[in-house]
Amino acid sequence: MTGREVPAELESFAAEVGPDGPVAVVGGRTHWEVGGRCSEDTRLVRAPAGIRDFDPADMTIRVGAGTSVEELDAVLAEVGQRANLPLVSGATVGGVLAVGRDDVHAMGRGRLRDALLEAVYVAEDGRLVKVGGPTVKNVSGFDLCRLLVGSLGTLGLVGEVVLRTWPRPAFQQWLAGRCDPAELRRRLFWPSSILWDGQTAWVHLEGYESDVESEAELARSLGCTPVDGPPPLPAHRVPAGALEAEGFQDSYLVQFGTGTAYVSEPGPVFDPDPAVAALHHRLKSEFDPRNRLNPGRDPLVAL
Amino acid sequence: MGFSRADPLVKDLRRVLSSDRVRAAPLERSIMGRDASIFEGGQAGPVCFPISTEEVQGCVDAARRHGRAVVPRGAGTGLAGGAVPLEEPVVVVTTKMNRLLSVDADRRMAWVQPGMINLDLSRATAPYGLHFAPDPSSQQVCSLGGNVGTNAGGPHCLAHGVTSAHVLAVEVVLMSGEAVVLGDPDGWTPGLDLRGAYVGSEGMMGVTTAIAVRLTPDPPAVQTLLLAFDSVDAAAQTVSAVIADGIVPSAIEMMDKNIIWAVENFVGAGFPLDAAAVVIVEVDGLPGGVAEEADRVAELAVERGGSVRRAADDEERALLWKGRKSAFGAIAQIKPNYYLHDTVVPRTRLAEVMNQVYEIVEEHNLQVMNVFHAGDGNLHPLLLYDRREPGVMDRVHAAGSAIIEASLAVGGVLSGEHGIGIEKRDFMPLMFTEADLDAQGRLRRAFDPNEMANPGKVLPTGASCADVNALDKVPEGVWG
Repeated sequence: MTGREVPAELESFAAEVGPDGPVAVVGGRTHWEVGGRCSEDTRLVRAPAGIRDFDPADMTIRVGAGTSVEELDAVLAEVGQRANLPLVSGATVGGVLAVGRDDVHAMGRGRLRDALLEAVYVAEDGRLVKVGGPTVKNVSGFDLCRLLVGSLGTLGLVGEVVLRTWPRPAFQQWLAGRCDPAELRRRLFWPSSILWDGQTAWVHLEGYESDVESEAELARSLGCTPVDGPPPLPAHRVPAGALEAEGFQDSYLVQFGTGTAYVSEPGPVFDPDPAVAALHHRLKSEFDPRNRLNPGRDPLVAL
Repeated sequence: MGFSRADPLVKDLRRVLSSDRVRAAPLERSIMGRDASIFEGGQAGPVCFPISTEEVQGCVDAARRHGRAVVPRGAGTGLAGGAVPLEEPVVVVTTKMNRLLSVDADRRMAWVQPGMINLDLSRATAPYGLHFAPDPSSQQVCSLGGNVGTNAGGPHCLAHGVTSAHVLAVEVVLMSGEAVVLGDPDGWTPGLDLRGAYVGSEGMMGVTTAIAVRLTPDPPAVQTLLLAFDSVDAAAQTVSAVIADGIVPSAIEMMDKNIIWAVENFVGAGFPLDAAAVVIVEVDGLPGGVAEEADRVAELAVERGGSVRRAADDEERALLWKGRKSAFGAIAQIKPNYYLHDTVVPRTRLAEVMNQVYEIVEEHNLQVMNVFHAGDGNLHPLLLYDRREPGVMDRVHAAGSAIIEASLAVGGVLSGEHGIGIEKRDFMPLMFTEADLDAQGRLRRAFDPNEMANPGKVLPTGASCADVNALDKVPEGVWG
């Protein structure tokens, strides 16, 4: 059995979580009530912060889960790179991964769930568990990393992660107009974002200068004009399919390519397929039989 | 043990499927006892060829009533023994479930059955200007269900990610017999990412019966470069330099001298026979970026002593790729058998580990060829041997273990795309602690509490220090 060297910060994080009592990991509190509130008697802990290991030439970075996404972004920007995490002001890396919301550019840059290569978490019995691996490609064992993204810390409290990084393109441009978002998607090659509120479509282009210019020209021919940026995302998330089915009267913003829409008032909670709900229940029983990790929060109602 | 027509399990299965689709004769069971790995001696029970989700459910229910495990199987092209049946399970072969169910070009997705061949999907969606990005070397024969099972990769996964990033949803028959859809064809549904946990589970959580795949638009521009070097070091350093320069080509593949000779003789792709290594780099996207990146890649290669040939047209590009993808077939000219390894190392450590691989192979008096996904750091050393030579398998396994250890020592991982299966099951403790493996077991049991789906794979049983390298723990006769 491998005897892994564990950084002191992770050891103390594990010791702080300990083996007993309700405990929740707190990040930047930017989405603290998504999926429910933690019960009153829950002890709060913070994951270690800081860049642990970064060789820009590998295009992977190891960071404490308590690191702010803004700090991570600044470090990566210095070498012309970025990670596919949403740049939520005040949020932590562990926090955005636990909440699982995609960045607004996920359609072109990649989904948040694919950003995580390795994670070390404290399990419900207080032991440190590593899942995944530090390389950009890895199928050694089951893919627990995917399961942690969006799990709201209910399966384990993440202390450290390895993320894949990507080159940061030199040119970018937002455009918007009363045009058909499906047409934009059909005609543009690789927009990083298309948003639609039912009337106006926003599109983001990035890459090499001549390509951004030619794609922007195409977008203009479809009715878009340059704008400073996207509209703010409304606070609550709903599946894009549900939006169509429910005929929302409320204002909404659909994020193409992610199956997600955002609405300003919480949408109805949908009953999941009983077999899907049963799998959630069994996963929780396997990973946290005493319901001590982030008690009160439930990924199934995390909208 | 034999399975006669009168066997109660066979009779039960024949109530679910027409009798010609439940095979129990010794020859058919023996064919299904193997996959494309080196493992022999697997023991299949009755072999079923369902054509619908309901029939798969019927097979699983019958197996459960008789206390038999279930081994899902696609085209059988796996290289880690993941589909090798142990202890006569019911083998559920999905090759007859090979239809494209629907294509939604606007939403860039399609529903497919698991037995559909990987390349057939991209051919079917070509009229829409879309393709399925993961392209394993076996893409002409491997099935999409198998791709989901192993979370398969391929040369073009460098920029766009492996299978998991291209699977939106899967319909799965659990060992309870229930069919459930994990994930959502639009891309998101509230709850845990069960889809992500299932992809790559090597048949140990259920049987895949339908897959919602993400389709990728065909790039408007493509350039393919063939870089030739007079040392493996220079080639590996160029690969690292391209990545470090902030370029993510759609593919970076490397081939060393031995494989260049074998392929050139076999395909005539125009690879230079005096090179110590060649690197195929493909950049695609919009024309401006493609031109800039191709020029920059060429510069980086020339700075490291390389020569550059650009594919002039689609025909030449196709020939270069034919050379790359025919590599494994070409080997038969040299030795009758090969053992293909699959580890990943950080991309900055490529040159160093390549040199170690050559040393290891020489120490064990074997021949090696290297043809691999260099841009991902995904090594594929092919150890060549003739199994009729007494004692050669011991040397092959010893060299394989040493390559794995060398990869892990620099921060690498056990497998990049082939999976763990039987092959690397007992190496798992080299990468994971007891607590790590316990977590993987918990995930598996949440899906399959009685461990009836493809038992004996991936997770070492009762893992402890003593089990490391204890390859004889694999059931007798399975290692060829």
